[in-house]
Amino acid sequence: MSFDEEMKNALKTFTLESLELLQDMEEHLLNLEDDEAPAERINAIFRAAHTIKGSSGVFGLTHIVAFTHVVESVLDELRGGRIGVGSELVAALLPCCDHITLLVRNVVDGRTEEDAALTAEGKQLLDELNAFTQAAPADKAVTEFKCPREQLQKLENDSVKDGNWHLSLRFGADSFRDGMDPLSFVSYLRTLGDIVQLVTICQALPPADEMDPETCYLGFEIELKSSAGKAEIEGVFEFVRESSIIRILPYGSGIGEFIELIDELPENLSYLGEILVAAGAITRHELDDALHHQQNKMQTAREQGNAEAEAAVPALGEILVKYQAVSEPVLNAALEKQKQVKEKKNQEAQSIRVDAERLDKLIDLIGELVIAGAGVNLRSRLFADEGLKEMTGETMRLIEEVRDGALQLRMVPIGTTFSRFQRVVRDVSKELGKGIDLIVTGGDTEVDKSVVEKIGDPLMHLVRNAMDHGIETADVRLACGKPARGSLTLKAYHSSGSIVIEVSDDGGGLNRERILAKAVERGLIQAHDVLSDHEVYALIFEPGFSTAQTVSNLSGRGVGMDVVKRNVTALRGNIEVDSRLGAGTTMRIHLPLTLAIIDGFLVGVGKATFVIPLDRVIECVALPEDAGEREYMDLRGEVLPLVWLSQVFDVESHQQRRHNVVVVEHAGNKAGFVVDRLQGEFQTVIKPLGKLFTYIKGVAGSTILGDGKVALIVDVPTLFEFCERANRHAEHALPAPSHAS
Amino acid sequence: METLEIKGELTIFNVAGHKEKLLAALRANAALELNLAGVDEIDTAGLQLLILLKREASLTSKKLSFAMHSKPVLDLLELANLTTAFGDQLVLPQTEE
Repeated sequence: MSFDEEMKNALKTFTLESLELLQDMEEHLLNLEDDEAPAERINAIFRAAHTIKGSSGVFGLTHIVAFTHVVESVLDELRGGRIGVGSELVAALLPCCDHITLLVRNVVDGRTEEDAALTAEGKQLLDELNAFTQAAPADKAVTEFKCPREQLQKLENDSVKDGNWHLSLRFGADSFRDGMDPLSFVSYLRTLGDIVQLVTICQALPPADEMDPETCYLGFEIELKSSAGKAEIEGVFEFVRESSIIRILPYGSGIGEFIELIDELPENLSYLGEILVAAGAITRHELDDALHHQQNKMQTAREQGNAEAEAAVPALGEILVKYQAVSEPVLNAALEKQKQVKEKKNQEAQSIRVDAERLDKLIDLIGELVIAGAGVNLRSRLFADEGLKEMTGETMRLIEEVRDGALQLRMVPIGTTFSRFQRVVRDVSKELGKGIDLIVTGGDTEVDKSVVEKIGDPLMHLVRNAMDHGIETADVRLACGKPARGSLTLKAYHSSGSIVIEVSDDGGGLNRERILAKAVERGLIQAHDVLSDHEVYALIFEPGFSTAQTVSNLSGRGVGMDVVKRNVTALRGNIEVDSRLGAGTTMRIHLPLTLAIIDGFLVGVGKATFVIPLDRVIECVALPEDAGEREYMDLRGEVLPLVWLSQVFDVESHQQRRHNVVVVEHAGNKAGFVVDRLQGEFQTVIKPLGKLFTYIKGVAGSTILGDGKVALIVDVPTLFEFCERANRHAEHALPAPSHAS
Repeated sequence: METLEIKGELTIFNVAGHKEKLLAALRANAALELNLAGVDEIDTAGLQLLILLKREASLTSKKLSFAMHSKPVLDLLELANLTTAFGDQLVLPQTEE
């Protein structure tokens, strides 16, 4: 891989990670005010900013660094408790968070250069932010200190004399605080070439008590064998160059240059000399010369330095011998290094990003496998071969596991979708001038990723609607005896094989009369129609229906609710409304857990076969002989409404003797589907019906049976509606026309 | 010999706290073993702290050993070429394949 490509990949990772961090940051910011002990959150926010700044620096995105730096300093103040948490501060930080997101997104789009308009925008944001801080006092004085020579950290080496470059790095005291991790630069050097020798210099470490663990005292002497040019190597350290001492000398430089180097570096010179010799940068002879030269020079200047150097020179040879003795270390570090780099990568890859398309392909294939498996299974039943049955049984079990595993891959917690709404609620409530709190529960409920993606927009409509129309203004609320701040609840939970998402508000509730009046006016219903509460509320999902008296920026134009309904239906879900005038409204969305595969229950009516989603089935009972053609039966003392599938789907029932009833549950109600035959469980891949059949009610899709026949999948919710309507019409004996809702 | 465990990360974000704690532990005991098995993230600041502790131990003639180095610690020590200098017994991880 070329250097450019590598950088491109690294940049991609950077943007992905940064966007994730920014999302976290936003979430933490939004929750900051409500947190009793915000220290942890502040830290997390600070870390996010810090990391983004550090990484942008590595990529030379100086405009991001410049902006983030200011944000980070403010956060640091916050972290140190020098400024307090307040809604104004959060309000100032959130746009900054957005701004960084924008900058990073620009990088994603390939615009790594600074954009003057954006910078001006950023400047304005920073000015607002700066109002919160006074310049923090700087205490950056680093104590000069000399380490005892025992601490000379060194060694391992295989006759390494051919490093092309000698690098002397002394990182600036603030490197850590600036988000630079010196060793990550070193690590990066390895992509340019081989590090044949490296010595960690820790001479500058002050005594334990004075040492500030957040200050960097370390330096490195590195022999790098690389075909890269000086500029390229220098580029690695571009971002720390200003604050640090970075010296890069080609191997074979004259001794004079090394003396210069030694002069520049803060450590004891004889100590450095040893390292250079050991590293192969200069020969001992050259060093001796150099030291001699130095001694002469120092004689006049520094009596003490001289004495020390003199003491050091004779020891040099000994040390070198000692070094050579250690050069066959117990640990074959060089070989290990390679292996460990690889392992480190493995460890980092504990979670991997997978192209959603590949995942879909896999699920698709597994779907086919399920169908094929079911076919084999059916076939095997035709033979009286126990061994074959056993094997197909085992295969089916494995296929089931594979299927579950594959579907699990697509499951993501819905919380990420919910957390988006924190921001929406905050912004919208500000815009509307209403105080609204968002309460989220069940965020860790897992849902199929495709569902999560598609439910975001409908939820957004519902949330905005609830805030705009549902929740009243503070005055009205107080007059009604409610707390001034409204609350909006987002809730997710699993219920009989589907996921339920609730959006509820404690606002004024739906006005039944007004909806009715409007519906009549629009000609959706007749004035004398009798409708249940649920049906009335369902009217709000009709196209072009809005009861809001004022049309606002956000909602009220009647566009939206019908779209919501359409989106939810497209996900094989349904939506219902509960409302109490004056107390609030709850929108409840039922969605299937997954879109691709279901466990079905096969039933036969006449010649046709239907599939009822197994998770809806509660039990099967025989239809009592005396039931006749009635529309209800007695289920252990309960009235169970009956739906005759033969009537609904207009299939001729051949069964003369007795019928079976499949008891099905939906949204807390039960009904019995009357069928001819029960054919048992069947794993089913849902195949959508063609466009031609889009408007057929009561059928959710189709599937292919093992023997190649097509079976229709019964759409339980619509059959329930059918059943309810039929019952009520019977009750009122009204020949009202049925209205599709 | 006293054994202390370091858990989680040993990075710029928490070195300050670790320094106090570890230094105090080193001073209170003649011999100290640091179990690094639980260190799942370490950066140069963390490494610097380990160096400081080693030095402090040798200055005050205490016995300080690091044990059970976790993968990130091993990697960093290797990168900084300090594995042998620290002189601790290492258990090299098996290749996980």
